[in-house]
Amino acid sequence: MNPIREIPCDIITDTVKNLFVEASTDLGEDVLSAIKSAAESEVTELGRYALDKIIENARIAKDSALPLCQDTGLAVVFVELGQDVHITGGDFNEAVQEGVRRAYRNGFLRKSVCDPLSRENTGDNTPAVIHTDIVKGDRIRIIAMPKGGGSENMSSSVMLLPSAGLEGIKKHIVDMVEKAGPNPCPPVIVGAGIGGSIEKSALLAKRALLRPLGEPSRSDPRLSRVEKETLDEINRLGTGPQGYGGKTTALAVHVEMMPCHIASLPVTVNIQCHVARHKEAVI
Amino acid sequence: MKNPKKIHTPITRDICEELSAGDMVLLSGSIITGRDTAHKRLSKLIAEGRDLPVKLNGETIFYAAPTPPRPGRVIGSIGPTTSYRMDEYAPDLMQSGLRGMIGKGKRSAEVRAAIMKYKAVYFGAMGGIAALMAGCVKMADVIAYEDLGPESIMRLEIEGFPLIVINDTKGGDLYEEAVSRHGMAP
Repeated sequence: MNPIREIPCDIITDTVKNLFVEASTDLGEDVLSAIKSAAESEVTELGRYALDKIIENARIAKDSALPLCQDTGLAVVFVELGQDVHITGGDFNEAVQEGVRRAYRNGFLRKSVCDPLSRENTGDNTPAVIHTDIVKGDRIRIIAMPKGGGSENMSSSVMLLPSAGLEGIKKHIVDMVEKAGPNPCPPVIVGAGIGGSIEKSALLAKRALLRPLGEPSRSDPRLSRVEKETLDEINRLGTGPQGYGGKTTALAVHVEMMPCHIASLPVTVNIQCHVARHKEAVI
Repeated sequence: MKNPKKIHTPITRDICEELSAGDMVLLSGSIITGRDTAHKRLSKLIAEGRDLPVKLNGETIFYAAPTPPRPGRVIGSIGPTTSYRMDEYAPDLMQSGLRGMIGKGKRSAEVRAAIMKYKAVYFGAMGGIAALMAGCVKMADVIAYEDLGPESIMRLEIEGFPLIVINDTKGGDLYEEAVSRHGMAP
C-alpha cells in the first residue's frame, strides 16, 4: 500500500486564493505572445489598435497588480486529487470556497455571482464551480480559472445528428463564432468538446480552454487538422479584434473528444475571450 | 495611424452628427455608469413618469461595473459589459435625452433606429483592457442605487477614454462594415 500523505485544508485555501489573484492580474505568456504576433500581422488599422491596447493593458495590469478585466469572473476550479492524499483540518470543498472568498475580498476582485432569479449578489463570489477528478499519486493539482460572463454567454451545448459528422461539427463551431461576432471580446479562444454525454462535452470544452496555446489536442491526433481548419475559417470571417474588422478573430481552436452513445453526437462550444486567465499549482 | 478625434462631454447633437462608424475617439469629461439592474429601474421610472435619480439630458452612459478600488486609488479596473442586455431599455433612455452609450457588442435594430432618430451615438470600448482604462478615470462617485454594489450608478470624470464609434446617426454600423469589408469567402 502506498503511504498516505496528509495535506491540511489551510494550504488548499491559501493556494486557491493566490491562484485567483495571480490569474486576474497576470496574463499567460502563451496568450500574450500569440497576441503580439497577431498584432504584427493584422491587416486593419483598428484591429492593430485594439491588439496594441490589449498588450499595453497586460503590462499595466501586471505592473500595478490591477485586474486585467473588470469581469474577474465566476470562479471555476479544476482539482486533480491524488488518491494517496488525506485531507486534514476541515472540509475540502469549503477549503476551496474559502480560498475563492479570500481572493475576491482581499484581492479587490469584483464579486460577480448572484442568485439566478432575484439577481441578488452573493457578496463574496462564491459558490465556485469545482470539478474534481481522483487521480494516481499523493499530490493535489489545482487549476484556477476565473471565467468571464461575456464570452460564456456566447457558448452552448447541442446534440447534433450523428450524420452531421466532422463537417457538421466544424460548421457548427465556425457558425457559433460568427454569430457571436464582437460580443465575446475577440480575439477569442474556442474550446470545443465532442462526444461523451451532454455535460461531459461541456467539461471537455472547458478543459480544452486550459491547454497552452499551440499545443496539440490530448485526446485524438485527428483533431489537430480540425483545429487548424476551423481556425483558418474563423479568421476569414472578417470580425477581427473586438469586432472592428480584420483577420484576428480567434487565437486558437482547441478540441477534445471522447466516445459517445450510438444515437448521439454531443458538441459544446465554449468561447473564451482574449483575457484567457488560468493559473495552476501542485501541492 | 490616423489621429483619434478628441471629444469632450457633454456630447451634443452636433457632435453626434459629425461622428461616423469606425472613428477613433478619445473621450474626456463627465459620464455615468449603469448596467442591467440600473437600466431596468430607470426604464420603470420613465414609464411611470417619475423623476429619475440622475438627469439623462445630454448624458453619456457607460455599461460598466468596476472592480473595487485598492486603498488610495480612484477606481479599480473598469471596462464595458456586453450591450445587448441593455437594448430593451436604451430607446427609452434616449427618448429621455441620453446622447451617448459606451459598451461592447452588437445592438438591436430598435436601438440602431433610436440612435438615428434621437441623434445619439454608440461607442465601443475595448473589452479586456480594464487596467488601462482605469488610468483614464480621474474621479468616481456613486450617485444612485448604491445597493447594487458594483452595478450602482457612478459619476466618472474621465480623460482620454479610447473609444471607437460603432453606430452613428446615419445608420452606419462598424461591426457590419467590418464583416462585409474584411470577410473572405470560404
